[in-house]
Amino acid sequence: MSLLTVRGLTKRFAGNDVLRGIDLDVAQGERIAILGASGSGKSTLLRCLNFMEMPDAGTVTLDGKTVGRRESELTLVRQRVGMVFQQFNLFPHMTAIGNVMEGLCTVRGQSKATARARAEKELARVGLADKAGTYPAHLSGGQKQRVAIARALAMDPEMLLFDEPTSALDPELVGEVLGVIRSLAEEGRTMLLVTHELGFAYHVATRVIFLADGTIHEQGTPDEILKNPRKERTRVFLASHRQFSL
Amino acid sequence: MTYQWDFTPVVANAPLLAEGLANTLKITGVSLGCGLVLGLAFALMRLSHRRWLSLPAGFVIEVFRTTPPLVQLFWMFFALPLIVGIEMTPFLAAVVTFSIQSGAFFAEVFRAGIQSIERGQWDGARAIGMTHAQAMRRIVLPQAIKRMIPAFLERSIELMKTTTLVATIAYADLLFQANEIAQKTFRPLETFTVVALIYFVVIFAVSILARQLERRLAVSGESTVH
Amino acid sequence: MKWDFASVFDNTDALLAGAAGTLRIFAICLVCGLSLGLVIGLGRYAHNKWLYWPATAFVEFFRNTPVLVQILWFYFALPILLPFTISPLAAAALGISLNSAAFSAEIYRGGIQSIDRGQWDGARAIGMGWGQAMRRIVLPQAIRRMLPALTNRAIEIFKMSTLASAVAYVELLQQGKLIASLNFNPIEAYTAVAVIFFVFLWPLVQFTYMLERRLGRGE
Repeated sequence: MSLLTVRGLTKRFAGNDVLRGIDLDVAQGERIAILGASGSGKSTLLRCLNFMEMPDAGTVTLDGKTVGRRESELTLVRQRVGMVFQQFNLFPHMTAIGNVMEGLCTVRGQSKATARARAEKELARVGLADKAGTYPAHLSGGQKQRVAIARALAMDPEMLLFDEPTSALDPELVGEVLGVIRSLAEEGRTMLLVTHELGFAYHVATRVIFLADGTIHEQGTPDEILKNPRKERTRVFLASHRQFSL
Repeated sequence: MTYQWDFTPVVANAPLLAEGLANTLKITGVSLGCGLVLGLAFALMRLSHRRWLSLPAGFVIEVFRTTPPLVQLFWMFFALPLIVGIEMTPFLAAVVTFSIQSGAFFAEVFRAGIQSIERGQWDGARAIGMTHAQAMRRIVLPQAIKRMIPAFLERSIELMKTTTLVATIAYADLLFQANEIAQKTFRPLETFTVVALIYFVVIFAVSILARQLERRLAVSGESTVH
Repeated sequence: MKWDFASVFDNTDALLAGAAGTLRIFAICLVCGLSLGLVIGLGRYAHNKWLYWPATAFVEFFRNTPVLVQILWFYFALPILLPFTISPLAAAALGISLNSAAFSAEIYRGGIQSIDRGQWDGARAIGMGWGQAMRRIVLPQAIRRMLPALTNRAIEIFKMSTLASAVAYVELLQQGKLIASLNFNPIEAYTAVAVIFFVFLWPLVQFTYMLERRLGRGE
């Protein structure tokens, strides 16, 4: 049975149809890479799945239960479906460990001691145990993103959404973040990953989706989509990405 | 028993109210004009490298920004004539107080505006042989003034509200007339309500104009200084 | 011309009573004005039109009418509608507080709006509700930015306390008027009052400059 089911997801922004009726099933343990040109609706799709954007039409079903629109229900959904942002969105007035603890203390109501113990574990997992007391302003981009991942993991999400997690990073910092995501993949975590890192997608994803004009243009295994795309548009997109590869 | 509202006595005294409003606008206008001139003078003195100019200007600006306007007004009306030996009228006291006070605030706006013009403009002017004064007059000030317009309008609106203080030294502005009429007609509720509304309408109108102007300036790419 | 500050010093009791009155009305208006301002500021920030329009009307009205007019209205006009009288302190405090609430509402709104949208995203993504996000993430960051403007407001409130003398509330300027009329020494009396205000306010003004410099660097 699938963990997440999406039917007819539609979203409009200022008169433009950004998502036109997306259907998607995500099974436990799947790792789905979402590719597409800018404006194709990739981020919007992700943001609709944890209701950071409200869909205009369609249903999202999590673990068999359809998600309603009430804010109280949505905050619960967001605890179960974690998100990592392109711009990290760390809280600058809290230390790294403070950021990771915040959800546990304020949202889950845990004691500071319990939250701190858990937060230390998550920071260690992403390799930043020694930066626990550091403020985001003194962390590199790669370190900030890893703290953001630790923050999402601390909430015990059933699924993780990555919205272009490395697009805002200097090239030499991309690797450390992809390394963490890869280790999460190897643990069997369910994740959806919007990315431009095609090589990474090839090695880590179990399924690749190509989004165009607000619909799923083509989907399949990494071999199928990235090596032998059937549709013309997918080919054109991949070709433009490979223009300057070594 | 509910109160019976009766606006007719207020309406009957409309000419007095109109005179009061005219006087309010008169004080505002004169003080604004003098304040602008004084403000520019203060700003240039503050920016000058000559201490005998920048220190006294700084002193006056600080004193007028750090003491309440009503205290300044009372001092000008009651104390100044004894020191200087001139005939003091409420109008004169008000204009002197509000001009210097506005000047002190405008000086800050001028200074920030002038300093917001990047060095490159000065360099460009001096590179073609302009003196400091010419550069200021022809290149820097014209650009700075456009940026300062919203702050000036904001201060002017403040001034319009501050002029009500003159009622306490018996100058026949709108608020003073309100008090007179309220006492005469025994209708303070209607009188003060009407006067409050008159102030609101006039000041709100200017406020809206100021906002539209600021929006127009922002659209044309001009940054503004506050 | 002979300056006669001796008579001013003789009246230190009166001046102290005035200072106490000034500080009392300052404290009342600071607390009431700035807290009401936060509520109204949040209303101005809300998307809900039942919150936004009343808050906007409040802000526009109390920012665009002179405080002295409001004080006199509360002192002379309001008692007609109510079964009890309004004391000078109440009238002045009402006028100054409502005015300060309107101005500080805009400071709060501006500060909250200046916080990057991404902070809201980060908070909501870990399951925070609106209230939690505002309280734990947005307001703490916004307050730091609003501090200079809020201290400016406090300085303005302190200066506005003199308006209470128009309804004969016992504060510094009122006492100054008293001393001047009793001793025929307006120069010394009003200079003394001005100096006292300067002494009170100058440290606050310097503090505001320092805040502006510190925060200008940190951002």
